[in-house]
Amino acid sequence: MIEQRTKLIHAFGALADLGQEVANKNNFQETIRTSLHLISGSLAIMRGGVARYSRYGHELNMLAVRGLGDDFPLSLSLCLEDERQFLANGLNPIETEHAKVLPFFQVYDRSFDSRRIELFVPLVIRDEIVGAVFLGEKATGEPYTSYEKEIICAMGRHIGVAISQRNLMAEIERHAEENRKLFDDLRTTYNDTVKAFAAAIDCKDKYTEGHSVRVGRYSEIIAAELDWSADQVEGAATAGYLHDVGKLTVERKIINAPYRINAKESAELNKHPAVGFEILQPIHHPYTDVPLAAKYHHERLDGRGYPDGLYDREIPYIAKVVNLADSFDAMTTDRPYKARRPAGEVIEDLRRNAGKQFAPELVTAFLRGMLKELTGETKDKRFRRMLGREYMEAEGIVPTLRNTLNEMRPTTPLTYIASDQP
Amino acid sequence: MITENGAETAFLAADDKAVVLAGDYLNKLSGEAIERECKTKLESGVKELVVDFSQTEIINSIGISILLGVIDTAANSGAKVVFADLNEESAELFEMLGLTKHVTMA
Repeated sequence: MIEQRTKLIHAFGALADLGQEVANKNNFQETIRTSLHLISGSLAIMRGGVARYSRYGHELNMLAVRGLGDDFPLSLSLCLEDERQFLANGLNPIETEHAKVLPFFQVYDRSFDSRRIELFVPLVIRDEIVGAVFLGEKATGEPYTSYEKEIICAMGRHIGVAISQRNLMAEIERHAEENRKLFDDLRTTYNDTVKAFAAAIDCKDKYTEGHSVRVGRYSEIIAAELDWSADQVEGAATAGYLHDVGKLTVERKIINAPYRINAKESAELNKHPAVGFEILQPIHHPYTDVPLAAKYHHERLDGRGYPDGLYDREIPYIAKVVNLADSFDAMTTDRPYKARRPAGEVIEDLRRNAGKQFAPELVTAFLRGMLKELTGETKDKRFRRMLGREYMEAEGIVPTLRNTLNEMRPTTPLTYIASDQP
Repeated sequence: MITENGAETAFLAADDKAVVLAGDYLNKLSGEAIERECKTKLESGVKELVVDFSQTEIINSIGISILLGVIDTAANSGAKVVFADLNEESAELFEMLGLTKHVTMA
């Protein structure tokens, strides 16, 4: 009686330890190894193994073994009849000696006999085989009692749940990976579409070919210099690519007019930000401010922009970024009525208009990006590629940039105060 | 001492006899290192393994499983296993579980 009680206490201790081990969600392999130790140690079982069932390969693959030797198979196949019988049996120990009618025990008879495997426990969880436990003889050499089989059954349930949870996690991880790939594909498709749109917009204006693409890249440079996240930088580039999408509805002769357009034509052209917003607004963009950038990229900090004459803080920040990129491109490319201006002059113009048209910190960031490229601090050659090596490496550009950046830091206010305006 | 096999235990080897200090290290998964170390000793010709339990208070199921591994490895090598300084409670448990059939108690 006392002996039985001591044995029970020992076995229940192992069961409690196993429950804790499974609940702790440690390393899966370690959990299975520990589980095998606990089940072996609880009843002093000389040898055994724990396998996981692959329903695709219809095989039991050993996760942990003890004392089975090198000859014991690490992968054991099941036929449909075996599966059917094991499912019907549920999570109950099967005595191998009395189950030789099943194909599984016929195929592996020699391996089971040589290692004295006495019990086979199919781990059936929620009507699904998730694995199996193989158990050899006990140290006493006695047959398993019914209460010992019940303990094995309870421990097997814990191990089965651990394997089942692991399978679910693997399934979730696989779905997450598939979703990530789908998302990446969608993102690539979106970005390609954006670039195709930018090319379509630029095709309409033969004098400013590549304008949208350049504005996209300048916006990207500014955002990167501001230490925005990778997604935000990509969003800024997209906003730049699409800022002039509204021009698709403006007559080609107005866009391509080889003269300064008149007031009527100007009014027509000036509708393009609002039209661009209307085009972009219904689209579900991965970046929230893209339609706003199109609508407000001609607004100025001093309220003298269009379409709404907004002041500084009323203007969405992304629109300020695109405005600077757009203006810079206008100044540095040839127009039918105006040749492009030298880089030094453009830099001076940006400085002079910081706080009036442009947000000063954006001008600083943009010029800093340019200086980094020219001094070799970054390996990018985007300015040189877009504007030409000769243009960007004109004498005096680097000192001008350095002086401008030094001047702007202490003197220019960081933000323009709308209420200071008349 | 920490052996090559990672066993944080002590081996005192003399001729064909080795003594293993079980400690309470046996009761953890990392105690598997003892099994590996025993195997190494047996492969080097040790014919008697003495497991010293003088510093072991309680032995859990993991500990028993590891000891069964030691017993199995020794049996395969034709070596003898001796359990020494086992407390009364553990001795009773070993007797009940049948471990004592495979070892010599000292």
